[in-house]
Amino acid sequence: MQQRGIVAWLLLLPAAVLLAAFTHYPALATLYHSLFSTPKAGRPSVWIGAENYQAMLADPVFWQSLRNNALFALGTIPTSIALALAMALLVNGKLRGRAVVRLAYFTPTILPMIAVANIWLFFYTPGYGLLEQVTGRLGLPSHNWLGSRDTALGCLVVVTVWKEAGFFMIFYLAALQAIAPVLSEAASIEGAGRWYFFRRVTFPLLMPTTLFVLVNAVINSFRLVDHVVVMTRGGPDNASSLLLYYIYDVGFKFWDTGYAAALTMALLVILASLAIGQFTLLDRRIHYR
Amino acid sequence: MRRAPETLAAWLLGVLWILPLAYAVWTAFHPKEYSARFVLTAPLTLHNFVEAWQAAPFARYLVNTVALVTLILIAQLVLCTLAAYAFARFEFVGRDLAFMLVLIQLMIMPDILIVENYRTMSRLGVLDTIVAIGLPYMASAFGIFLLRQTFKTVPRELDDAARVEGTGVLGTLWRVYVPLARPVYIAFALVSVSYHWNNFLWPLIVTNSVTSRPLTVGLQVFSSTDQGVDWSIITAATLLTSGPLLVAFVLFQRQFVQSFMRAGIR
Repeated sequence: MQQRGIVAWLLLLPAAVLLAAFTHYPALATLYHSLFSTPKAGRPSVWIGAENYQAMLADPVFWQSLRNNALFALGTIPTSIALALAMALLVNGKLRGRAVVRLAYFTPTILPMIAVANIWLFFYTPGYGLLEQVTGRLGLPSHNWLGSRDTALGCLVVVTVWKEAGFFMIFYLAALQAIAPVLSEAASIEGAGRWYFFRRVTFPLLMPTTLFVLVNAVINSFRLVDHVVVMTRGGPDNASSLLLYYIYDVGFKFWDTGYAAALTMALLVILASLAIGQFTLLDRRIHYR
Repeated sequence: MRRAPETLAAWLLGVLWILPLAYAVWTAFHPKEYSARFVLTAPLTLHNFVEAWQAAPFARYLVNTVALVTLILIAQLVLCTLAAYAFARFEFVGRDLAFMLVLIQLMIMPDILIVENYRTMSRLGVLDTIVAIGLPYMASAFGIFLLRQTFKTVPRELDDAARVEGTGVLGTLWRVYVPLARPVYIAFALVSVSYHWNNFLWPLIVTNSVTSRPLTVGLQVFSSTDQGVDWSIITAATLLTSGPLLVAFVLFQRQFVQSFMRAGIR
């Protein structure tokens, strides 16, 4: 028995070493380094306690990025989930050209975000981008979509919804196919309307999928900033800066690693509280086997 | 049969969804003058692709990306298989705690720990290498979780039978578990390859030269340095970088969709 324990740890060892080195250690090291000043030429790093955190709380760009990230999450998550569900319902039944339509929905998922952002960048180009051509033909005044404070974040939201909806659709599609057809037959014999059936049967049965998709969507809204790098670089005037993008800016453009560590801690706290929330919500689902 | 409005809605949404990509294809395959003018008689051309291919070392970037996704995938398959087997079929002290520690990575991904991981790579002296891009992703919590769930469904009798015949631990794993989990391996491989083919921020941070840059970073360097905003060439380059994956996707569409489904339902 004890020998099997040793074998088990040997099997685990390679993965454990890498996980510890690149997930657990950096998470702890972030906390440690956030309590020190950034080393500069001639001035080594010194213990400064909570100073980085005080600076963070007083930093308007941090608050702006946090607010942007919240707005970004609110803008992308409900929309992409609702669209994903609608898409799944549309292509689940009989439909002329179903395979083609499904392909169209899913294709953005396969493209790199960086490529998607480049395509949409052209789309939004002032003057001769497709969007300007359409609005111009409608007689609307020209507008710099990515270059103005009011619309830059919204543009990123649209791109993200476009990219993610098809991905989430797949999970709904899988769940829909697992719902027994007997249920809808019974409902139609009882004379239940389709909307009623959706509201009372389909939607509740899809609840675990919705939770799963929700968790993924929330993580993505904090994890993915490729489109910010390509399309706006957080601008104009930080109007489209997201938290991780700000960390990247501080850490790798200003090389203020101490402050970047404090910012990373803020992001880790957000993700950890989400994890705890998910655990209490999805506990039964994760451990059902 | 569905009602007409629904079919119409499905198609409208489909057209809307494919439009940005169609727009990119149009721009890339037509001369510059037609990049935003939609005339059916516009001549087709491959000129933009040729120019993009010659303007930046995309061939090298492609080699780097292929090396990167292969390296990550092989490491992931080996490490996750071993760890998943330990979690699925062994009783040992600290198992539940260890599994919890693995699951942490599902929430706190390497994508977020960029500052500290950069520091580690710099200390290891591997900055600007393909290994540095891959290292943080090789032990995948997602892969361990997925394979553990699969291995748990393998009947214990098969395991016992193999052991009675004198097959060792690794032999049993290789001859009993791995073959039975084949569809899950394929699913995981497709998800992993498309994830790392598309990954951008971390490679952007750790790479610094042509010899290690993957396609995504190469594309960004190419399109952000002054190209005189030649959209025809930039879109051609964009399609070039996503092309191989896109072609593979269209060819193996069913497998892709099923793999993503399988990977999601756990």
